[in-house]
Amino acid sequence: MIDKKSTVYEEVLAAGYSRRDFLRFCGTMAAMLGLSASGASQIAKALETKSRIPVLWMHFQECTCCSESFIRSSHPIVADILLDKISLDYTETLMAAAGHQAEKSLHDTMEKYHGQYLMMVEGSIPTGDEAYCCIGGRSAYDIVNEVADGAKAIVAWGNCASAGCVQAADPNPTGARPVHKVIKGKPIINVQGCPPIAEVMAGVIVHLLTFDRIPQLDGLGRPMAFYSRRVHDTCYRRPNYDAGLFVESFDDENAKRGYCLYKMGCRGPNTYNSCGVIKWNNGVSYPIQSGHPCIGCSEANFWDNGPFYKHLQSFPGFGIESTADTVGVGLGIATGAGIVAHAISTNIRKRKHTNKGEVETDIDKS
Amino acid sequence: METLVREELVRKVYVWELPVRLYHWINALCIVALCITGYLIGRPPALQSATEASFSYWFGTVRFIHFIFAFLFFFNFVFRVYWGFVGNKFSRWNNFIPLKKWQWRELMCVLKVDILQVSDRPILSVGHNALASLTYFFTFLAFVLQSLTGFGLYAAMSTSWFPDLFSWIVPLLGGDFMTRQIHHILMWFFIIFGMIHVYLVFYHDYIERNGLTSSMIGGWKFIEEDVEDVNPDDRTKRCMDK
Repeated sequence: MIDKKSTVYEEVLAAGYSRRDFLRFCGTMAAMLGLSASGASQIAKALETKSRIPVLWMHFQECTCCSESFIRSSHPIVADILLDKISLDYTETLMAAAGHQAEKSLHDTMEKYHGQYLMMVEGSIPTGDEAYCCIGGRSAYDIVNEVADGAKAIVAWGNCASAGCVQAADPNPTGARPVHKVIKGKPIINVQGCPPIAEVMAGVIVHLLTFDRIPQLDGLGRPMAFYSRRVHDTCYRRPNYDAGLFVESFDDENAKRGYCLYKMGCRGPNTYNSCGVIKWNNGVSYPIQSGHPCIGCSEANFWDNGPFYKHLQSFPGFGIESTADTVGVGLGIATGAGIVAHAISTNIRKRKHTNKGEVETDIDKS
Repeated sequence: METLVREELVRKVYVWELPVRLYHWINALCIVALCITGYLIGRPPALQSATEASFSYWFGTVRFIHFIFAFLFFFNFVFRVYWGFVGNKFSRWNNFIPLKKWQWRELMCVLKVDILQVSDRPILSVGHNALASLTYFFTFLAFVLQSLTGFGLYAAMSTSWFPDLFSWIVPLLGGDFMTRQIHHILMWFFIIFGMIHVYLVFYHDYIERNGLTSSMIGGWKFIEEDVEDVNPDDRTKRCMDK
């Protein structure tokens, strides 16, 4: 199990990495977190002196894409050390243990490190009928409450744990809820995205290890270091937006020229994430670079704010294709018709009075 | 027989003070500019161009104009709220919130006489009538909501402290999506309000010939001699009597 004495650095060396690898990792993380020049040495010092934090990584209603993303991070130490070595005491998808052994490991950690361990959650929790998600004969709702009780902090991985994602989309048949709507009174970090970027996930863990406190969060509980800027503001196609050069259809000349995807439904202007900066798969590309509009996967309810390929959201109750503009134009026409009807009626009435000769001479001149 | 026309004796009443008139026209200009630029931002036209993006900035300019007018609109509105406490009785805040019984009676009157046209009894109000006042109260609420959502969205791309005061609205509504949607829907409220507002100004001037249209330029309205002296309670009761 966990040896409290060994530091993260010692674990890194034991895993066969050199000090150079270690420092490179610290430098990368400092850059990702947006720390100042001294940040790398701060991280290095923290990892050299601090022992590993026990981590319980819970899986509920999810597709494991967060884990998949994480193990594909650009720097090998990220997955190797942070995930594999750092003391992942429990995670359904990656642990060697199974059955009673796994459950025992979970409970041992919870007892031994009560108030010290980090709880990481992947997936939402069904609350409509708790039976929709059960592990080891217990409902996700029970488990998340029990584990959260002794957790130092909770990291909600991805849109599922942060906002409910697709299973919480209308009509939300299982009553899926994100962690922050089930657990109260614990610091919760929403690491948004479907999935989040691997380097962002690693950055959050490194921040927790280095500074021993939760990173600065935005109004929706997302770390500011990664979610303070819109995809739009960091997009390399932004000059095309400002110039009013838009792709009109996926097969047009503008698409070939790499114009802005705003009119193709790009959610970049509404979406806070680091895709434009850190990118995906070792910085190879990100959706917009690959010619596809952002779907806004790091925002709550992004499934319900469709359609994905229309810039304007559909207006609820007026059919799939109707937008606020469709409804607005309809109301505008109705208003115009009302005005015309009213004007006609007014004139009939006015004529009636003038014909009766009731209008006094002094004002009849007009 | 009650008529749609005025009595012989007419007098001038200074209704809209200069600050109110200035507010009105700045507000009108802002709303027109904001609706046009806002619509363009929401649904930009397809302008085909083979030039490099760096040679053009029209969409950025449209957005810039939108933001400038947004600031003007907001502070103009703040001024109007202030004037609601220091201005004359026609511009006072209590015109806009129907807390008194006679205001509701007058409101029903206006509905019957002017909107549904089922009654011919004249409405003898000098400033805003009660229905108009309540409608303006709703537009003020729309101003507030539009400012909150607008500056809330703007806060993300600004480093200034002022828009940041509004940033709390975005998480409250669950994110930029909903904030944007509300901001967009409210634009249509302003367009439709504008249509009805302009029509009704013409209507009242056409029927009542009290100089309503020009009153927002010069400030004077032409009112029946005794209107101002009539107790609002009696006045509105008279209107509701069959």
